[in-house]
Amino acid sequence: MNAPALRMHHGAAAVTQCARRGWAWLRHLSGDDAYERYRAHQLKRHPGCRLMERRAFFEEEQRRKWSGVSRCC
Amino acid sequence: MLKKIVGLMLAVIGGFAVAGIALHRHEPINALWIVTAAVCVYLLGYRVYAAWIATRVLRVDPTRATPAERLNNGRDFMPTHRAIVFGHHFAAIAGPGPLVGPTLAAQFGYLPGTLWILVGAVFGGCVQDMTILLLSTRRDGRSLGQMARDELGPLGGVAALIGTLLIMVILSAVLGLVIVNVMKHSPWATATVLATIPAAIIVGVYLRVWRPGRVLEGTVLGVVLVLLALLGGGWLDHQPQLRGLFDYSALTLSGIIIAYGFFAAILPVWLLLAPRDYLSTFLKLGTIVLLAVAIVITHPQIKMPAITPFVDGTGPLFGGKVFPFVFITIACGAISGFHALIASGTSPKLISNETDVRLVGYGSMALESFVAIMALIAATLLDPGVFFAINTGAGVVGATPEAAVHTISGWGFPVTVEQMQALAASMGEQTLFARTGGAPSLAVGMASIFGSTFGQGLLALWYHFAIMFEAVFLLATLDAGTRVGRFMVQDVLGRAWEPLGRTSWYPSVLLSSAVIVTAWGYFLYIGVIDPNGGVNILWPLFGISNQMLAAIALSIATAIIIKGARPRYALVTLLPLAWLALVTTTAAWQKITSPDVRIGLFAAANDLAAKLAAGTLPPERAAVAPQLIFNQRLDAWLALLFTTILWLVILDMARICVRRLRGQSVPASSEVPYRESQLKLLAQAAP
Repeated sequence: MNAPALRMHHGAAAVTQCARRGWAWLRHLSGDDAYERYRAHQLKRHPGCRLMERRAFFEEEQRRKWSGVSRCC
Repeated sequence: MLKKIVGLMLAVIGGFAVAGIALHRHEPINALWIVTAAVCVYLLGYRVYAAWIATRVLRVDPTRATPAERLNNGRDFMPTHRAIVFGHHFAAIAGPGPLVGPTLAAQFGYLPGTLWILVGAVFGGCVQDMTILLLSTRRDGRSLGQMARDELGPLGGVAALIGTLLIMVILSAVLGLVIVNVMKHSPWATATVLATIPAAIIVGVYLRVWRPGRVLEGTVLGVVLVLLALLGGGWLDHQPQLRGLFDYSALTLSGIIIAYGFFAAILPVWLLLAPRDYLSTFLKLGTIVLLAVAIVITHPQIKMPAITPFVDGTGPLFGGKVFPFVFITIACGAISGFHALIASGTSPKLISNETDVRLVGYGSMALESFVAIMALIAATLLDPGVFFAINTGAGVVGATPEAAVHTISGWGFPVTVEQMQALAASMGEQTLFARTGGAPSLAVGMASIFGSTFGQGLLALWYHFAIMFEAVFLLATLDAGTRVGRFMVQDVLGRAWEPLGRTSWYPSVLLSSAVIVTAWGYFLYIGVIDPNGGVNILWPLFGISNQMLAAIALSIATAIIIKGARPRYALVTLLPLAWLALVTTTAAWQKITSPDVRIGLFAAANDLAAKLAAGTLPPERAAVAPQLIFNQRLDAWLALLFTTILWLVILDMARICVRRLRGQSVPASSEVPYRESQLKLLAQAAP
């Protein structure tokens, strides 16, 4: 590859990288990746234990979240 | 070195801006002055005061393992990057309070509100939030009520429970009242707000049945639906045969809101409450960013004087002098006890390092305070005459537009019927007179900011966008408050008879929901039939209850710091506590004993009773007078109850302080013992 093309290639890679990180942050902030995090945690810390399914996990998370004060005036 | 230079520059610019605001008189001031002053004050507070409190008073320890690390379960306890915790915490604390309070307090002029928001936040609210967040983090994320029981004793625990339950009732009622005033005789607003309910249900079903847990997809779907509802409402408003279907009186709307609140409390969370919250959070954060950008781009002139004659207590929105009532009216945005419930709830379970409490606790509150500043700007850039015409009830200025403009112009704030009609027409409404509660005038202010930034032709759309944004998160808070209230009622009832405490037993769910909805529904109904608008009575009561909760939180913090190694640092929480005790007690005292019928609740009740007995009331007022009389007396007793609870907790705290200083025994600290953190600082917490 010649020099300008290489630079473009690097630039595109940086943009993709940035977008990917931004997406990961957004998913984390909104709770979109909560199940993946839970799954990773269970597999790492409690490998033998039963893993909740996505639907059951999501339901229980919502119930837990809305059982306490989670929104303010 | 660079940090010091930046700090010095902040101090100089901030000092100029604050002095500029305070000394600027008799000519309009630009909103950018206020924005600059606010940003500099927050940054200075964050960099200097918060840093000092964190290291010296709270002695945050970066090597200490937090509950998120020790109790990590991959779900509610989980070490999380501080930027994410900041986002969660801010989304949880930012509610409609900082929008409504500053708008009402604008009747005193822009200066008292601005100064209190800045000083109150930097020395009070931010400190409270950060301190409670750290104390709860050191106690495995224990709740405020539990900490009160552990650190003060059983009295503190009961006080916190009663205080929280009552504040839920008053808050839900006042939010319901604000929504009713937004929607009354406005088919566009009513249709749009009602359409957000099926929109939320569709998102709920999507997230449960079709794509479980895909929160982002669901949110995008919901936001599209809600924006369609906004456009649909505008279309419907121009269909003569359809618009009548959504044209309701305030009384009918209050019935709808009460029924809605009941169903929201008994339906499963996934169907309505949780999806509505995704929409509300998204709209809330988006609109706040949009508003900040628009204010900087348009940098409007503030038209309200710095100080109005109403500081003497004759104000039309609510009676009472600037001291103590500006400090009661603006609770959220300066200091809000409710935040202590959040700071001792979800957030401490996510903190990965103790040093993060400065950003999460102090920083979030500073941002919330900035939202209050923006609301104040949006209210004060209106012509003062227009502001008062929108926000004053018919009972104060007269029922006809002619009477209203005559009264308001007589105060020295000229406004004409034609001006109000033209404004209402440009906002797509029939009338804007007597739309009390703060939300409509805020929407007019926001629409004019957005209109001059993004296109003047869309004013009506922007107005209803602002209305929908306010309504969506007023309703979200109402739902959540009712639900928490239901759980608390079940908790209390369960002590009398065990099955009533089971949160999934349907008869108990119905009973406890009915209890809590009846409680706030009563205050909402009274507020609607009150010819003075109702907000003038309910909002101060809400302020008093919220400040009482803040005083409980600060008492807990003070007691814990006193019990520690350096008791003198307790001044950091003791001084804001003393100030709150002073303003809350003075306000409650005036509400109870003042002979002025616009302030004193007993005086107003007796005055109305005398008029009723003498037969001098017009028939429509005589019909509701007995209920208003009863309610005013009830509110006076409530104010007395709040003040009593406040002083009981303060005395309980003082007892502990005296015992500690004399070297006598005090309840042992409930802090979890030190364990060293194994987390490489933050490295594992980033997504």
